[in-house]
Amino acid sequence: MAHLRPYPAAEKHMTPLDFPGTRVENWQQKGIEKLGEMLHKYRSLQVYMDICVKCGACADKCHYYLGTGDPNNMPVQRAELLRSVYRRYFTPAGKLFPKLVRATDFDETALQKWFTYFHQCSQCRRCSVFCPYGIDTAEISMAAREIMDAIGVGHKYTTEIVGKVHAIGNNLGIPGPALTGTLQFLEDDLLDNTGHEIRLPLDQEGADVLLVAPSADFFSEPHISSLMGYAKVFHQAGISFTISSFASEAANFGMFIGSFAQKQKIAKRIADKARELRVKRIVVGECGHAWRVAYSFWNTLNGPFDFLDPNYPVPQHICEFTHQLNERGALVFDKEANDDLTVTFHDSCNVARASRMGPSAGGQFEIPRALIRATTNKFVEMDADTIRERTFCCGGGGGLLTDELMDLRVRGVLPRITALKRVMEEDGVNYVALICAICKAQFNKMFPMYGIPMEAVGGVHALVNNAIQIGAKRGIV
Amino acid sequence: MLALIAYLALLTFVLGFGWRIWTYWRSPAPLKIPTTPAPVCKSGVVWRLFTEVAFFNSLFKGNKWTWLGGYLFHAALALVLIRHLRYFVQPLPEAFAYIQIAGIVAGLAMVGGLGFLLVRRFWVDRTRYISSFADYAILVLLLAIGISGLLMQFVFRPDIVEIKSAMLGWVTFQGFSTPEDALFVVHFLLVLVLMVIFPFSKLMHLGGIFFSPTRNQVDNPREQKHVNPWAVAE
Ligand code: SF4
Ligand code: SF4
Ligand code: SF4
Repeated sequence: MAHLRPYPAAEKHMTPLDFPGTRVENWQQKGIEKLGEMLHKYRSLQVYMDICVKCGACADKCHYYLGTGDPNNMPVQRAELLRSVYRRYFTPAGKLFPKLVRATDFDETALQKWFTYFHQCSQCRRCSVFCPYGIDTAEISMAAREIMDAIGVGHKYTTEIVGKVHAIGNNLGIPGPALTGTLQFLEDDLLDNTGHEIRLPLDQEGADVLLVAPSADFFSEPHISSLMGYAKVFHQAGISFTISSFASEAANFGMFIGSFAQKQKIAKRIADKARELRVKRIVVGECGHAWRVAYSFWNTLNGPFDFLDPNYPVPQHICEFTHQLNERGALVFDKEANDDLTVTFHDSCNVARASRMGPSAGGQFEIPRALIRATTNKFVEMDADTIRERTFCCGGGGGLLTDELMDLRVRGVLPRITALKRVMEEDGVNYVALICAICKAQFNKMFPMYGIPMEAVGGVHALVNNAIQIGAKRGIV
Repeated sequence: MLALIAYLALLTFVLGFGWRIWTYWRSPAPLKIPTTPAPVCKSGVVWRLFTEVAFFNSLFKGNKWTWLGGYLFHAALALVLIRHLRYFVQPLPEAFAYIQIAGIVAGLAMVGGLGFLLVRRFWVDRTRYISSFADYAILVLLLAIGISGLLMQFVFRPDIVEIKSAMLGWVTFQGFSTPEDALFVVHFLLVLVLMVIFPFSKLMHLGGIFFSPTRNQVDNPREQKHVNPWAVAE
């Protein structure tokens, strides 16, 4: 069982988030109380605890089940780990006849299973698409994680990162000066390569747009090319923008630990910065879970955003932004610049199943594809069962992109790799475009293990970066 | 005696069902979590829920065989229930003559569908793994109800007039005396058992589906602020 179970959080990771530093004395009782509290706070949890008919339609839909073959990774069985405890303490049947309905005590065994298997769910929501009642195992995993946090049994990777966001402003813990240096370096690079002064401004008050990108975009490959792509789009459109050193992170790991309070607190610093910098729009970079939180939750968490320009949706996705400019004829693309690539698109699960782009349903599928078509000549789709709302997670989402879960990640990516290999062999695909920082990092690491070159993955805006013609201004606004 | 049990069962069913629905109703949905393909307006949501309930859309996407068995059972059950109204309504509208045959065929289909679901649950490794005693028991109970009903239809024909007057007495709260026919009493008792366990079991999916946030929410979080009732006001 190597690398299938996360490291527990230590006291120093837990206390900054107001969680108990170590497992509380009466953890069983506290856990059950917390579950009771959650049932009153989340309709999803309450309803999903009751109505699963165990039809099994979701069972073979989870990439972790397909990859590991572990029955506890069938979404229904994962949910049962919590449900059996729910039945024991909250339903007449479970109180009276625990054996008959498979109700279990909240004991050490149950807790250990929770810790393992609720951290083998990337909250991708694929199971929810196929369930006759829309039962969303992601909601259940989040609830279980929140209960565990409340009794002092945390997950090191995610709690540590949330701590960094509060202390420093981003997940990678990049301090302001380092960020300034990097952006400076990238600007020089852009100048050398294009001959144009393309800016990457930091903390610039009065800019039109606050750009909130995942922090990986500043430092990691292949993320950086997307950042350069965004910068070129802004430059070319003549719209001023700024990055904020304190809100230099789009991702919201509050979702991974299931905590509403943390989600709200992490999101709030972006709203605050937008006010402070007096921007008119907020644009979110290529980050899957970030876009879910921004699109679906921001308004609830910290809205209304009535201090921004009402002509643009809040928040706006960078793909929406670029697509809109392109539709208006503000950008010129040289598709041939990408002619060495045959591209396929991986729908990142949190964009695909939990959030939208543009005004109409399904915009999150069409807009990135439209951008790929606008910037490349060769675009191929993977198997219909593995794209759009049926897409497979990369295997690293939901706070699982950590080294101690390497085996899980390798197995979880398998369904995606299988579909990908097919188009690589049949259609000569050599580039997977996508819009999620976690997916990029995960694929980057996984591809070589499956004999696929590491470079075969990158952002949609990396394609934009290659194809966009700088200088040939057409003028807009 | 039977009348007393019947009223207690009815009471348990009505109160229990109401209590569960009330629980779902009152628990808040703090965030917007509709699953794609999510409608962007209210009428879209109504249509979505209708297709889920009428055609089991998502299940069809998920597993064709389960869909087939499940759909067959539920559609047949709906017809059978409609046909059963003839025992509770007086005078009988003419329309009932026309669904008589359909209702009887549905009775057979219902038992067939249930049998299929039971075999499948046991046969397929994955569903066997997730099934508890209760999951089998509910199927067996439904099967027993169906089979006892079919036996009355095709083999041992009880005195319908007597039964109907008892049922009318039951639902009009005038009380009734236990009908003679033993098979009927068994059939009726099993239905009462089903009514009693209904609110305390997964059968609540009947009401619960309408409260599933991934299915009943409008996808418009940017356009309209969704308020979380328990969030701390900033
Ligand atoms: S598809 Fe839904 S109802 Fe069926 S077993 Fe899975 S969670 Fe339960
Ligand atoms: S949300 Fe995704 S990872 Fe979690 S159980 Fe469902 S399919 Fe599996
Ligand atoms: S990392 Fe990407 S694919 Fe994986 S869970 Fe997040 S959005 Fe989904």
